[in-house]
Formats: sequence, structure tokens, C-alpha cells
Amino acid sequence: MADLRFDLAVIAHELNAVPGRTVLDVGCGDGALMAVLRDKSGIDARGIEIDPGLVEKCVSRGLSVVQGDANQVLADYPDNAFDYTVLGQTLQTSVRPDKTLEELLRVSRRAFISFPNFAHWRTRTALLFGGRMPVTQALPVSWYETQNIHHVTVEDFRSLVKEKGARIERRWFFSQGKEIGTPGANWRAEFALFEVSR
Amino acid sequence: MASAFVPKLYKVPQDLPLDSGQSLPGAEIAYETYGALNDDKSNAILICHALTGDQYVASDHPITGKPGWWDRMVGPGKPIDTDLFYVVCANVIGSCLGSTGPKSLASDGKPYGMRFPVITIRDMMRGTIALLDGLGIETLRGVVGGSMGGMQALSLAANWPERAERVLVIASTARHSAQNIAFHEVGRQAIMADPAWADGDYYAHEGNGPEAGLAVARMAAHITYLSEEGLTEKFGRRLQDRDAKSFGFDADFQIESYLRYQGSGFTQRFDANSYLYITRAMDYFDIAEEHGGKLANAFADSNARFCLVSFDTDWLYPTSESRHVVHALNATSSKVSFVELSANAGHDSFLLPHNQLDRVVRGFLDG
Repeated sequence: MADLRFDLAVIAHELNAVPGRTVLDVGCGDGALMAVLRDKSGIDARGIEIDPGLVEKCVSRGLSVVQGDANQVLADYPDNAFDYTVLGQTLQTSVRPDKTLEELLRVSRRAFISFPNFAHWRTRTALLFGGRMPVTQALPVSWYETQNIHHVTVEDFRSLVKEKGARIERRWFFSQGKEIGTPGANWRAEFALFEVSR
Repeated sequence: MASAFVPKLYKVPQDLPLDSGQSLPGAEIAYETYGALNDDKSNAILICHALTGDQYVASDHPITGKPGWWDRMVGPGKPIDTDLFYVVCANVIGSCLGSTGPKSLASDGKPYGMRFPVITIRDMMRGTIALLDGLGIETLRGVVGGSMGGMQALSLAANWPERAERVLVIASTARHSAQNIAFHEVGRQAIMADPAWADGDYYAHEGNGPEAGLAVARMAAHITYLSEEGLTEKFGRRLQDRDAKSFGFDADFQIESYLRYQGSGFTQRFDANSYLYITRAMDYFDIAEEHGGKLANAFADSNARFCLVSFDTDWLYPTSESRHVVHALNATSSKVSFVELSANAGHDSFLLPHNQLDRVVRGFLDG
């Protein structure tokens, strides 16, 4: 699993612990997580991906992936269609992250959601002292061409989950690609991963 | 249609029941195979052909001498790899390349003509399933089809859900739309308006039947297989072998000349009555209707993996039709992939070189 991105590696580790679960990876990219789930524990994951080139990669790896906009494709699925959904660093690109969260928790009881934390100290200082939209390691693209249209912080996400009547089961925080502790996470974490349930 | 060729034939031992309530006795299915069936008979891939296609998917056409219609896709080392898979392709019933159709002889020794029963896509699959039974193939590794071939693949998945592990549907639909039916009706009326059609009873006469009508039908249909973008790129308003307009009704424009060539070439290899029957079958096609009006019901019993592919310039069976199927498959939590590929050739794109399509087909069937 060395080649999995750090947040996906954690998700893979957690999901592989109980084979037989059904998983939908929303914004699955080239299917790296799905392939690991299948190869390590025979989990039959499904995916949604908007980029046709990446969908083609997934299909040619034998994965089941539907091309399309996550919010539109998610609406196809019946309630509780999966045990888990995964939303890896895609929340902040959604047109309505709150609706996406609702949809995730409609089609599955539990969801893994990761995102870059806009309240990381580097982002804050870039905005505070630079006076410009931050371009950092975690957020490397300029404001005018970034796909991140809804920047979110650890605290924002916590309150959104609360607002939706959902529950945070577990959380992981990362800096420089490594897991860090919880204290001061909204300052210290470049990326956050939450397991949310309804 | 005079050329004599001897197709490989399977004689269906029982009468084929048909959706109309009639049945077809003594049906013969013409087919080709490529590659070798393995010992446990687990490597068979069924390829279903389109409206005017045939069983010669990867071998020269016996009448035109042209390479098989999907020669670039099927063969040793190709995306549908005959070094790995045993590929079966059958001429559908109602067609004219050896399987029983309107030009076949009925029990009275005369061609069926319009006495041939109206058939459906599901009836075609009944014939193909009978062939698979005859070949001893219980479960297909995959069923693959583009256009009407995709309809057959969906029909197989819906009606014989245990018979295919993978279902690959390219540039196709789960139902014929009003626009699809409309274009087919234009073609049928062109054939039936040709005096040489003679109510379908033209086989005994001199000549080749309603060639003019069939050519017009093909010309109209051919336009639907192409995109405006592709037509403009290929022909534009360019003139055919002349420097100025003739102020007459010759084929002044290249596109006119091209369509006339396509139309007349088609009459050499296809039977007009078969064209009527097969377009009718496609127009009747609506899988949801067969399954209580709900498409999702059609696939409720299927454990197959599905893959649907559409092309962004295909306006005959546009992406929305594939998405409609994907939606139904998602509703039953089926294992489904879908991708819309970019190509400028319209519906015909599935027959043309396309690296992404090749990778999807290979990956889906290998995986």
C-alpha cells in the first residue's frame, strides 16, 4: 500500500480490516484505493469519476467505475446501497458540499471523508501576511484555476457534520504526508480525514 | 445477392418461440468462430452484430471480399484476443447472410417474403442462445455488441441473466426513441414505395428486387451514423469531380456521391426484406416494457459486470441513453462501468480506430 496517498492508505487499512463490506469511492481517480481493496481483501468497490481518461484506466484495471458528476450519479443509488462511501479530497471541489455529505450518508451509513484543511497555519499566515489567496504544498494551485471551490477547515467540517445530525466516529490528521496527533489539529493539520456516520 | 457462399450453419433442433406468439420451425443460425474453446468452456465471448452486420466479424466478407467489420478489434493479440478467447459471432435470424430470414425458403419451398414472422431483438437472442446450447457453451465470459449488437447484449443480460459474466454495450440503448423509429420508418417506406418490392415477393423475379428503395433507405440511415462535424470535415461543400455546379441533379457534391455509393454498395450485400424485419425488431425494442415498465427490474437477477460506452458525437444513441441504462443498473447496485469517449465520427465511432475504446474493451474482458 506504499503507493497509496496517505489518507487513502488509512482508509484502505480500515476497510480491509473487515472484508465483505461494500464500498463506493466517490471521485475515485485512477482507482488506486479500489484496486487495493479488491486485491487485499476481495472487497468489490464501485467508483464514480468525472474524468473519462481516469475512468478508462479504472475499467482497464477491471474496476467498476461510472463516469459523471458525483452529485448526479450519487442520486442514482438507492438508500443504503453501500456499507461505506469514500470521498477522498473531493469535498472541497463539490458545488454543494453539504448536499454531497447528505447524499453520502443516504447511500451508506458510514463515510470516510478527507480534505485539505484551509485553517492550517501555513495557509493562515500566507493570507494574513501575504494578503493573497494561499498557494501552499497542500493547496498548490492559484485561486483562478483551482478546482477547490469550497475551502473548508477542520472546524467548519465538524460543525457541518453536527448541523446534519451526523456523528464523527473517528478522525485522522496529517502534516507533510504523516499522521499527527489531534491537539491543535485545526492549526497543525494540512489534511484531515473523518469517519462520519448517521 | 447472387454470389454463392456456404456459411457455417447450426440447425436449431426445436421450434423457436417468438414474442409475437408465433414460432419459427427449422431455424438455421449461420455463425463464425475464432480462437479455441478451452476445456472448461469458460473463455467464450459472444459478439453481436449491428443492423446490417453479419457473422464475419473478423474474416473477409464472402460477398464483398472486404475485411471483417470489426477486424481491428477481434483477432490474435487484438483487444478481443482470440489467442485467449473463443469468439462466437452469429448472424441474427431475420438477416440474410445464412441465418433463417425472409429470403429463406418456407415449408412450401418458396421464400418466406412477408410471410416471415415479425421478430424482436429478444427473438434474435433466442436463436443465438440456441446456437450457444448447440456449441455446449453454458456461460459466456462476455457478450459484446455495438448499436443493435448492444441491444442484443442487454437483452441477453435481462432475459438469460446467468449466461454471461460480462456485458459490454457500446453506442447503444435500452429502447428505441421516437426519432430512432422515425428514421427507420423513412427507410422502410423507401423500400416499400419501390415497385420492384412487389409486396416483398421479389425473389423469383429477374433483377435484385427493390434496389433503388433499399439504397435510399441506406442513404438516410447512413446520415444518422455520422456526425455533422465528421461530415463537414470529410466533405464540406466540396464538389465531386467538377469545378462548378451543374445546375442539374447529378451528384454535384461529394457528400451526394458518397451517399449514392454507400446506397448502391449496400444493395449488393443486403436483402431489402431483411432490412424491413430487422429495423422493425429494433423499433419494437424496449427492455423496460418487457419487464413491467421498469428498466431496473430487467437486471434485478443479473450478477454480471456491465460496461457501457458512448461517444460524444453519437446523436443516434446519445450518451443520455447509456446513462439511462447505467442509472437502472445503479439502482440495483449492479457492477457497472460507464465511460463517454470523445470521437468525431458520430455513431460509427465504435467501428473505427479508437485507442481508448480498445483499452476499455481489453481491460473489461480481461479483468
